[in-house]
Amino acid sequence: MTPVEPPLALLAELTHRCPLQCPYCSNPLEMDRAAAELDTATWQRVFDEAARLGVLHVHFSGGEPAARKDLEALVAHCAGLGLYTNLITSAVLIDRARLQGLAKVGLNHVQISVQGSEPANADRIGGYAGGHARKIEVAGFVREAGLPLTLNAVMHRQNLDELDEVIALAVRLGARRLEVAHVQYYGWALRNRAALMPTRAQLEKATATVEAARERLKGSLVIDYVVPDYYARRPKACMGGWGRRFLNISPSGDVLPCHAASTLPGMTFQSVKAHSLRDIWYGSEAFERFRGTGWMPEPCRSCDQREVDWGGCRCQAFALTGALDAVDPACEFSDHHAELVASAERESGNAPPDFIYRRIGAAAPV
Amino acid sequence: MTTIHITPASAPKLAPQIRLHFDEARQRWALLAPERVLVPDEIAVEILRLCDGEATVDVIAETLAARFQAPLTEVRNDVIEMLQGLVDKGMLVA
Repeated sequence: MTPVEPPLALLAELTHRCPLQCPYCSNPLEMDRAAAELDTATWQRVFDEAARLGVLHVHFSGGEPAARKDLEALVAHCAGLGLYTNLITSAVLIDRARLQGLAKVGLNHVQISVQGSEPANADRIGGYAGGHARKIEVAGFVREAGLPLTLNAVMHRQNLDELDEVIALAVRLGARRLEVAHVQYYGWALRNRAALMPTRAQLEKATATVEAARERLKGSLVIDYVVPDYYARRPKACMGGWGRRFLNISPSGDVLPCHAASTLPGMTFQSVKAHSLRDIWYGSEAFERFRGTGWMPEPCRSCDQREVDWGGCRCQAFALTGALDAVDPACEFSDHHAELVASAERESGNAPPDFIYRRIGAAAPV
Repeated sequence: MTTIHITPASAPKLAPQIRLHFDEARQRWALLAPERVLVPDEIAVEILRLCDGEATVDVIAETLAARFQAPLTEVRNDVIEMLQGLVDKGMLVA
């Protein structure tokens, strides 16, 4: 067995509060309330521990991280520790002065999400009137503050035909990097799957568009492409493997191997309030549970891809099969694969149902 | 925007979103980019530490050729190839 490497990146979900209501939000269906959030001093102590542990990147995320008044203090603290700081934001709560302040305390990079390129459609998807126009304006403030910009575009059947314009928008805004991220179906997105799943033809066209743009924009725009695994033959290496690279900390302080892991039943995730990050990373049962290849069932265990995809995604495997250590149905060797592909083809071929928007208390249990 | 071509007269520097950082926990240099970590080899680190936006590729190559007592033409070609690779990844500007 290979020794456990230190983590590379920490996703700090500072809050679940967010003015947008995207129906594919990566936050859990049951969100933390403001009163449960970690305080400034606890986050700073956690960042100290993260830096000592070997973390290089800190991603400030949420919810909307700018909903926290102490964002500047947290960024400044990380910058002082030499950590690479990335602000992942919807941009709608930020103004010019706040960005100048964040740049001054050492923020390294800003990632702004867009819900498409066409304002009316984007605002409808985000559930926030005027949001798209505000994002464009704030992207200008980011560049003005001298900060590098990534545009993150979550794509699905209701905006995928805007992909060419999304790429043009990234270039026009001076982004150095664009994430074209097809929706991944857990939590809210799974609840909204029939409204979001693209057709195979839409997907193939999008992939060709990205490949052509990568070649055309080489050296000026990096495009990262996250594919929807329902149409894939092999699963993605979710989080680069369980407990291999990433730590995710929820607003209330639970430490998770990925942001969706709280959906897995019977697992106990330890809190930074009671344990050090080091103890949690190297010593907790939750991080050990699906780490490496020892937990794998057949055919994963003897598959030559086992250290490429690390068995895919546990949250997806559980959500679709009801078993924690099942083969990820995105894999063609899963007994559930045919059913998965059929559901994608069926749902994407029908008229999309209305969105269930992300709101605290909106997702009734099934 | 047009693709940048590294020539002997280019004065390269890291793109604004990239940091060259000594990783204490792993005792090695790392190139930090948004969502990416690259681990440059020893020679690449030597080259990158000279990329301050002022020194030209010619000057960088001369410095390294002298330091490692290697033929200048060969060093210059290696430097250009390595830097062009980073330009194409969006990590370097000139």
